[in-house]
Amino acid sequence: MMSQIAERERKKALSPWKSKSTNSSSSKAKKAVQFPGVKSLNGKWGYLYVAPFVAMFAIFGLAPVVYSVYISFFHWDPLGTSTFTGFRNFNNLLHDSDLWLALRNTFSIWALSTFPQMFMAIGLANVLRNTRLRGKSFFRTILLVPNITSVIAITIVFSQLFGRDFGIINDILGWAGFGHHIDFIEGVIPSHIQIATMITWRWIGYNTLIFLASMLAIPNELFESSSVDGATKWQQFRYVTLPQLKNTITFVLIVGTIGGLQVFAEPQQLAADGGSSKQFLTLTLFLYNQAFVNNKYGYAAAIGIFITFIVLIISAVNFVITRKISNDGTR
Amino acid sequence: MSTLTPKRVKQPRWRRVPKRNYALLGIIVSLSVFPFYWMFVVASNTNAEISKSPPSLIPGGRFLIVARKVLSAQGVYFNSALLNTFIVGISIALAQVIFSAIAGFAFAKLDFKGRKGLILFVIGTMMLPSQLGIIPLFMLVKNLHMVDTLYGLIVPALITAFGVFWMRQIIDAQIPNELLEAASIDGASVPRIFFRIVLPIVRQSGFVLGLFAFLAAWNDYLWPTIVLQSPKHFTLQVALTQLKPMYGLDYGLQMGGAFLATAPLLILFIFVGRKLVTGVMDGAVKG
Repeated sequence: MMSQIAERERKKALSPWKSKSTNSSSSKAKKAVQFPGVKSLNGKWGYLYVAPFVAMFAIFGLAPVVYSVYISFFHWDPLGTSTFTGFRNFNNLLHDSDLWLALRNTFSIWALSTFPQMFMAIGLANVLRNTRLRGKSFFRTILLVPNITSVIAITIVFSQLFGRDFGIINDILGWAGFGHHIDFIEGVIPSHIQIATMITWRWIGYNTLIFLASMLAIPNELFESSSVDGATKWQQFRYVTLPQLKNTITFVLIVGTIGGLQVFAEPQQLAADGGSSKQFLTLTLFLYNQAFVNNKYGYAAAIGIFITFIVLIISAVNFVITRKISNDGTR
Repeated sequence: MSTLTPKRVKQPRWRRVPKRNYALLGIIVSLSVFPFYWMFVVASNTNAEISKSPPSLIPGGRFLIVARKVLSAQGVYFNSALLNTFIVGISIALAQVIFSAIAGFAFAKLDFKGRKGLILFVIGTMMLPSQLGIIPLFMLVKNLHMVDTLYGLIVPALITAFGVFWMRQIIDAQIPNELLEAASIDGASVPRIFFRIVLPIVRQSGFVLGLFAFLAAWNDYLWPTIVLQSPKHFTLQVALTQLKPMYGLDYGLQMGGAFLATAPLLILFIFVGRKLVTGVMDGAVKG
């Protein structure tokens, strides 16, 4: 939850122009850029007030990042001696088949968890949007319940539900006519489906609320006028609601991507070493195992930098798409 | 768009709620709650009841036995894990709310040199994934002799860039400059303004930030599993992983542990659930 909100706040802060298209108050966006303070207050107090944050941020936030880049150029042995090896870690990493397997697994789990979830969340939000719906507040609250629970507890429950021999999901599939039991641990795609299901279950309510909030921000007149025109519900959804959700869809996609790059606890619990055909080896599990199981700090730091590059590339793509959408909106 | 024929409209179409929507929501609610229910069912039944086909779907009578087994499991200190998790969660939540409010106030309302540059720099670093710094952070915590202590979990999380931004946005949005100007013309000092005016106004939002921080700390797994080593210092999430079934498919113990570790959050959720919903949705609209 934290990382999702952090990402949202970050995007908000980075793209004040975005609020122009969604918010009626463009003055608010301008204010965010200019940072006006209260003139009659003595600004010198500011140094004192931000000092704890700056100190802690420098020590626990910034320094580790810088140092991470530094040690990625070393054969770093936390117990023995470390030797400078230049770009060897990066070179080895790019020739390591595990990296590409991890990238494949991460991507596959991401795709399986992001897209179905997004369609369902938009559909659900569309149902919840109705002002005549009874028990609105109840439904919204229950939807958030999965989000507060720990990944470990969820993994325990779902791995039982997905069990090959005694799991309910295989029972249901059996009744539905699938004769053989699916192995959600050994099969590559089934194992990814299992993890994607956990992620979807955990986040769908949260994303539904995000979509719901931006649907509720759409002016009622748009629906009323289209309703007078006799538009069907589907037409209203397709031509009124959906175009207004562009920004939110981009946002949910990016947050899902960054979350997807951090998937760790579920695969680690199902197979700490990544599984028999490394089907559970995600990028973060790969990093963790290299650093804290194999003690290869320099190599693991290089993996961290690789992950960072992916995040930066995705952010850049997102930036371009967002700009394109906001340009489309003004035409 | 296809042809739109005008129709007589009594009640706007978009307002009507078809029955199947309630049915759909009913299914979603069941799916959201089922895993919690299932934890309890598995933890309270014998393995045989769960393994038969179809499995027993109603709770059995063994929950207290399993709970006792969890609490007394060899090498697993569930009670101290519960206490540790509370200590870590509350410390982090309190510290984040207080420090974030102080720094957020300065970033929102005080004019000092370098404010804008600093804030933009910090925003920029928030793009970096948390995995990037995790190895040096561990080395640092080790050098500070905080490995295998709760300090190792609490200290790095005392202030986060995210918390400061959250509070900055809140203070910026909820407190008009004019109010603070009026107070300062009346002769109130900056600390007085902060404690007497700013804090009371942002109390609610601060509480929501604290909740998010508490939940994140409670459910965190990656960092505690790196920092903590001896079972007595484990948090609940790490302790849970100790309950893996050792013989075949006995899930009862693990599910019992999962249920016990989740129950406090479910109880908390009864009281704060609606606040969390508001927090999530407010953020979305502002974004």
